[in-house]
Amino acid sequence: MIELRNPQALVDYRQRIWAATDPQQRRIRVCDGTGCRALGSRKVLARLQETLREAGLADKVEVVPTGCPGFCELGPLITIDPEKIAYNRVSVDDVPAIVAKTIAQGEIIDGLIFVDPVTGQTIIHDSELPFYTKQMRRVLALNGEIDPTRIEDYVAHDGYAAASKALCQMMPEQVIEEVKSAGLRGRGGAGFPTGLKWHFCRQSPGDVKYVICNADEGDPGAFMDRSILEGNPHSVVEGMIIGAYAMGATQGYVYIRNEYPLAVQNLKIALKQAREHGLLRKNILGSGFAFDIEIRVGSGAFVCGEETALMASIEGKIGEPRPRPPYPAQSGLWGKPTNINNVKTWANIPLIIRNGAGWFANVGTEKSKGTMIFSLVGKIRNTGLVEVPMGISLRELIFDVGGGIPGGKEFKAAQIGGPSGGCIPREHLDVSVDYESLMALGAIMGSGGLVICDEDTCMVDLARYFLQFTQEESCGKCVPCRVGTRAMLETLERICAGRGREGDIEYLIELGEEVKRSSLCALGGTAPNPVLTTIRYFRDEYEAHIYDKKCPAKVCKGLITYEIVAASCTGCMVCARNCPVGAISGEKGQPHVIDTETCTRCGVCQSLCNFDAIVVH
Amino acid sequence: MDFEPCELAEIIEKNGAGASLISVLEEIQARYRYLPREAMILVSERLGVPLSQVYSVATFYHAFSLIPRGKHTICVCTGTACHVRGAVQVLDRLETGLGVAPGGTTRDREFTLETANCLGCCALGPVVVLDGEYEGQMTTKKVDKLLKRAMRQAGGEQ
Repeated sequence: MIELRNPQALVDYRQRIWAATDPQQRRIRVCDGTGCRALGSRKVLARLQETLREAGLADKVEVVPTGCPGFCELGPLITIDPEKIAYNRVSVDDVPAIVAKTIAQGEIIDGLIFVDPVTGQTIIHDSELPFYTKQMRRVLALNGEIDPTRIEDYVAHDGYAAASKALCQMMPEQVIEEVKSAGLRGRGGAGFPTGLKWHFCRQSPGDVKYVICNADEGDPGAFMDRSILEGNPHSVVEGMIIGAYAMGATQGYVYIRNEYPLAVQNLKIALKQAREHGLLRKNILGSGFAFDIEIRVGSGAFVCGEETALMASIEGKIGEPRPRPPYPAQSGLWGKPTNINNVKTWANIPLIIRNGAGWFANVGTEKSKGTMIFSLVGKIRNTGLVEVPMGISLRELIFDVGGGIPGGKEFKAAQIGGPSGGCIPREHLDVSVDYESLMALGAIMGSGGLVICDEDTCMVDLARYFLQFTQEESCGKCVPCRVGTRAMLETLERICAGRGREGDIEYLIELGEEVKRSSLCALGGTAPNPVLTTIRYFRDEYEAHIYDKKCPAKVCKGLITYEIVAASCTGCMVCARNCPVGAISGEKGQPHVIDTETCTRCGVCQSLCNFDAIVVH
Repeated sequence: MDFEPCELAEIIEKNGAGASLISVLEEIQARYRYLPREAMILVSERLGVPLSQVYSVATFYHAFSLIPRGKHTICVCTGTACHVRGAVQVLDRLETGLGVAPGGTTRDREFTLETANCLGCCALGPVVVLDGEYEGQMTTKKVDKLLKRAMRQAGGEQ
């Protein structure tokens, strides 16, 4: 354990780490993020260590668990250094061959490298994958490169150099000025200028101030914050140290979801290491500045992502928002001036201080600077985490980085910004991805959730899905959100069940606008967005549900029927045996029939049929 | 596990004098898999927090349960990505297989079926988590297998 008592000690420490590092060292980096773990990466990792030991290579080859590099679709991912050979979809059974061929003889295994689904071209190094070449990885640069549980890895990559510069060479006002001129805007969704927010908190009178990292990433379909905390937790810690110094805060909190156990674990390790190295607590790097960070684990309430609700939750109360003003900068946690920023905002800070505001602002549009991280999910080929420059077109993001829509299906819409966001249809695919342009289309930048919908996605059902989500998560404090979202949901459920009426669309628009206008916090204030944008761009689908009693995407249970195609049915009886309501009848070896009166449209029969004999009308 | 007042004293002590109500409740929930009524009364007395406030916190956050949960938890992610990839069918199948609705616990107290808004591994949707083990790209067939395995294991423990 080395306590870094001054900036020079940090520089010396880094040089010692470099001196001890061999760039030609044979290393196997294994993605150890939640996504790859779910695909079995832990077993691959254990097997690699075991096989290397058996082959007598354990002391020559390092096996390094890393954070998520982003290409979740192809997990488990491993990269072999120094050549940076990228293997994907690695299973435990591939391990012996990897050790015997690639590690022992430098031979590349064809079946494990990336094959471009369009051109058929094989790619050996991950830096050449189209998924990565179109990205601009700044915040995510070290994800997949370093072991998040080793502070040495972070320090070796200039970690804590920005904190050292800020605390020991800059005045707090200078730090704020730098963040202001970088043009960084809050990455949690609202896009408020970060420097200005810091300035307000600094100006607020009071001896005790707090900074908070909002890691209550609740938007379904979004996992950017989780991956940063899992893969590079020190970047967030460093950002918070710099921010606390700039604003004069002595205590920080990270409020994180309990659904993210690995992120909590890696952050705990990072905080412990930072304390041991003299980067937290008293007299950080000899600057005289004292600051510490505590973790608060959320207990499963989406509304706690709203800043005033989040603070109430840290105070041990129920997470109900309160009206603003007063803003947290004036009266926040326990009534003290407080600044809350999102994980991605904090993670950008060390980069800005280290490389300068100009470096940060040379990317992006006039009003939206820097990069944005999206989790690209849904009906898309390259599901995963991507970092792109602000101002990229939605088309490039979806088709070049994301690889387009799988299965030869048509792109229908991109749902951006989660339950607070909206849908962007095909005709606006060339929209520039920045705060203002997305707002003009009725959507929002949001926190980075980007769900791609294809022709099989029902937009009415999607709107119903989001409203059901916000309705359940509404804390119930204010009437417009509590009752308004319920009334909207009931209407949507009726439409999806085939009982839509004339006037429903107009009612949804009127009520939606009112809920937006009169709700207490952003949860209610944005909850109608998914409904309003789908009506705006896909009104015909609503009309098909209401007037023709048809679901064009064949999703809504109340508007579809299942049928067995007699010519394809072999009478194997699998469907009949598995139908939960006994709606399927027929003799063995003879075509079966579904009784549509009894059928609940659960779809089990179709998913179990081995002969594609069951169709939906 | 039955509620032991002395264990609770230990939990409260461990969290210190200024213990936050939420962290104490989280620990009780983790130990007993629910918040026993007696425990909430004791927490209220020991922390000097009105019982009404304990109850309000206990019912506000999804992580707390006032009724005993099963030994094993099966959680279906119903996040957006999982939703568009067919999480509804997966959930339907589990409801049928276990005979309980989401949030419910089987009569033998072996399994609790839950849903989560998003577990953040959207690439693998639909995702089901059995006692912390993630299973990706679930289908009706894979759910059947998972459930069979889980029930066999649960049976073996007894």
